[in-house]
Amino acid sequence: MKPVFGVIVFPGSNCDHDAYYAVKKVLGYNAQFIWHKDTDLKNSDVIILPGGFSYGDYLRTGAIARFSPVMKSIIEFANNGGFVIGICNGFQILLESNLLPGVLLKNKKIKFECKDVFLKVENRDHPFTNSVDKTVLKIPIAHGDGNYFAEPDVIKSLEDKGQIVFRYSSADGSTDDEFNPNGSINNIAGITNERKNILGLMPHPERASDSVLGNEDGAAIFHSIANHILK
Amino acid sequence: MASYSMLKEPEVNLELALQHGLTEEEYDLIIKKLGRKPNFTELGIFSVMWSEHCSYKNSIALLKTLPREGGRLLVGAGEENAGLVDIGDGLAIAFKIESHNHPSAVEPYQGAATGVGGILRDIFTMGARPIASLNSLRFGSLDSARTRFLFEHVVQGIGDYGNCFGVPTVGGEVYFDESYKDNPLVNAMAIGLVNVNQTASAVAEGKGNPVLIVGSSTGRDGIHGATFASEEISEKSESKRPSVQVGDPFTEKLLLEATLEIIKNGWVVGIQDMGAAGISCSTSEMSAKGKSGMKIDLDKVPLREEGMTAYEIMLSESQERMLVVARKGYEDKIIETFQKWDLNSAIIGEVTDENTLSINYNGELKADIPPFELVLGGGAPVYIRETTEPEYLKQMRSFNFGKIPEPDDICDTFLRVFSSPNIVSKRWVYQQYDSMVRTNTITGPGCDAAVIYIKGTNKAISASTDCNGRYVFLNPKEGAKIAVAESARNVVCSGAVPLAITNCLNFGNPYKPEMYWTFKKVIEGLGEACRYFHTPVTGGNVSFYNESPDAAVYPTPVIGMLGLIEDLDHITTSYFKNENELIYLLGVDNEELGGSEYLKVIHKVVAGDSPSLDLQAEKDLQKLVHDLIRNGVINSAHDISEGGIITALAECCIMNMEKPVGAEVHIPIRARTDFAFFSESQSRVIVTVSEENEDSFEKIASESFTPFILLGRTSGSSLKINDQFDFNLNHLKDIYFNTISKLMNEAD
Repeated sequence: MKPVFGVIVFPGSNCDHDAYYAVKKVLGYNAQFIWHKDTDLKNSDVIILPGGFSYGDYLRTGAIARFSPVMKSIIEFANNGGFVIGICNGFQILLESNLLPGVLLKNKKIKFECKDVFLKVENRDHPFTNSVDKTVLKIPIAHGDGNYFAEPDVIKSLEDKGQIVFRYSSADGSTDDEFNPNGSINNIAGITNERKNILGLMPHPERASDSVLGNEDGAAIFHSIANHILK
Repeated sequence: MASYSMLKEPEVNLELALQHGLTEEEYDLIIKKLGRKPNFTELGIFSVMWSEHCSYKNSIALLKTLPREGGRLLVGAGEENAGLVDIGDGLAIAFKIESHNHPSAVEPYQGAATGVGGILRDIFTMGARPIASLNSLRFGSLDSARTRFLFEHVVQGIGDYGNCFGVPTVGGEVYFDESYKDNPLVNAMAIGLVNVNQTASAVAEGKGNPVLIVGSSTGRDGIHGATFASEEISEKSESKRPSVQVGDPFTEKLLLEATLEIIKNGWVVGIQDMGAAGISCSTSEMSAKGKSGMKIDLDKVPLREEGMTAYEIMLSESQERMLVVARKGYEDKIIETFQKWDLNSAIIGEVTDENTLSINYNGELKADIPPFELVLGGGAPVYIRETTEPEYLKQMRSFNFGKIPEPDDICDTFLRVFSSPNIVSKRWVYQQYDSMVRTNTITGPGCDAAVIYIKGTNKAISASTDCNGRYVFLNPKEGAKIAVAESARNVVCSGAVPLAITNCLNFGNPYKPEMYWTFKKVIEGLGEACRYFHTPVTGGNVSFYNESPDAAVYPTPVIGMLGLIEDLDHITTSYFKNENELIYLLGVDNEELGGSEYLKVIHKVVAGDSPSLDLQAEKDLQKLVHDLIRNGVINSAHDISEGGIITALAECCIMNMEKPVGAEVHIPIRARTDFAFFSESQSRVIVTVSEENEDSFEKIASESFTPFILLGRTSGSSLKINDQFDFNLNHLKDIYFNTISKLMNEAD
């Protein structure tokens, strides 16, 4: 049995095909697109909210997408323990939908930034990281609004409950401020909810899954969730 | 141009025609062609269609001398919205470059953004999905606050548009020179991928087929943009800001998806982007191409403002719109598709078999013109202007290089040249672009050429944009040949075979005989080089009037080169990979400093002659590099360009930020150290070879016609030259990657 990834297509999603291609053509799982006006998740095991600029992000990133018909189904799915990954704009939509805590502000340098970054994997005993065999992953970012912020008590709770999965770091895992590309509190690059079935992250693992592009570090995240489901 | 909606239409006379940018001769020609005086709307339509921007009236005769067919070309220059090149496996690449210089000079953010939007539409109206974009930018010196403003906002405009649309910006070039101070050059190139049997054409045919306008609604923005682009930049240009359109990349993204859907389903007879001159241009060009007529009802056009006149609707350059000729009976399917993507679509008329473009509004016939008379290749005027060899050339050629003082401190001299914004990494720029979306980017910005994977095959394409405007200024014909040669060399260094070019010809006022002489020489040079390399011209764009009150910009014919890599194993990058490899120089140095970065940075002068280019030597070199790559003998290949061999070596050491590799080399010197180190002689490439491939390398290289020498070895953490100079790689890295962000006042 292969797990089925449902990739949501919002108007303005532009990493939908990349996510679909990575999980299906590169990693060999099943994948299907789900149109934002639909409410049927078509028996997907994992929902991916892909990157992009849903609705142009002319208001606040992800702010309009959360009102799409499909989001109601996704919230219900997630609340029932279904697995959801929000990548970049997808992470922003998860925050706007209150499926994860906090907000993503403009990068501290105000500018959009696209480059490879290193991520320290904080927790490898986790549905989204159980197959990660490195302590540091190299995965690209591409965003203008990736500066994670939450109130101190929320941050403390995320830290205490092991919900912070990835932090921006150097190649050898140092989380000094100089390795923080966007100003995120505590170098936060990716978090889960307390139940650990919802992952939001700014970096793009689907861009680091195909050996042709010279970097497969991101594949481990998709393998992890697949393995977790098959367990 | 004031809004005419509240006013009675002005009377058409010569004075009004002149105000519209037409000449007296052209106004008389219009009267002759129509057999009557044009009305106000018709005058507006003629003025935009016969503007330089749409008609190419001063360039088309010369452009036709360029090689425009052969090789893998499926669609050549001028036939469709963009050129089309066969890459095998049933796939083709559509690609084109276009300028948006004038809008960017007055409103850099929107000017640059809509430049990207326009070129992307040219690609997807061919039925091709954009898979990469590049851009070629020229600004004044970064010392000026105005230049920093233009630079910052142009880059942001390009980034915001491409990032949101979802096309990776994978390469390009940025140059800084005072010549471009008031008139920056913003040239955007886009590349798309299409199944050979799913392409679309910009044609209107079949009597009774419905004509639809799709995408954004029509507003008053950009009226007379095409006419504005056909004037010199002056203090008055600021008042032309309303001529600049406003971009909406989100709508464009939806338009892309909807457009590809209707083309794929075979519901479309023809489709054309609405760029310059809006509805006027798309209706007349599509009709003329199909030898048809069109009857259009402007009352049906979705408007975003009330009270627009026929004149304004016909001339609006509102972005993100297209004209579609549907196969009769499928118009409802098209409308449904656009509804699905939340986009406007409206039937505004039909194709006729009469030889007229008939424009109706409020029950009145507002224009009645044979479409053929409006278009390029039809009734639009064609001029060959007067030429005079420019005076300045003699003065430039008489420059005495022997009198340049030899620098006391070569180390310091090199660091100053290496710190030039023209040399250092453009990381500050390209990190603002999403270079990876669509997950095809194998080699992104920062190398000699970008490499894009073609999914489902074992192939990749390579692309590069190149032009050194100083060389062209000093020697128009030779400089143009160098631009073609360098772009070909760059894609060859990435492992590709050059296939075809698109060009963006940025020049001053064609009515000045010296400028036209230069233009003519450039076309000769481009033609000669493209024929030699078998890289036909698939189209592009001419931008004249790049002048400010002070002077014209350097003549800048930007070449966008497309190459094909038949096997992914052949992909090669510029930088050194490992220690203890042999470093070879392919090609020879002639100690040529004319127009060099060294001369400009250290001696503050642009003078001399451009480097010479021997087309056969260049071809031999490219063949050698290609053979070495195909045989798996070299691990890196980097061409020598601005800043000379010493700069190229330094780049090879540090270009891979994560893993710099040092080197110990000996650079041969003939006359003077500075000449040898900073010479910009063409047809030279630095390659590295691992020890076990030394014999194979020597064998292949010896059998070629290209001279080669061993420069040294990769080793250590510094660049050591001629046992005299030693440059720490961390220092070089800091200069290379951080100079521009420091100049932009945001130290990393």
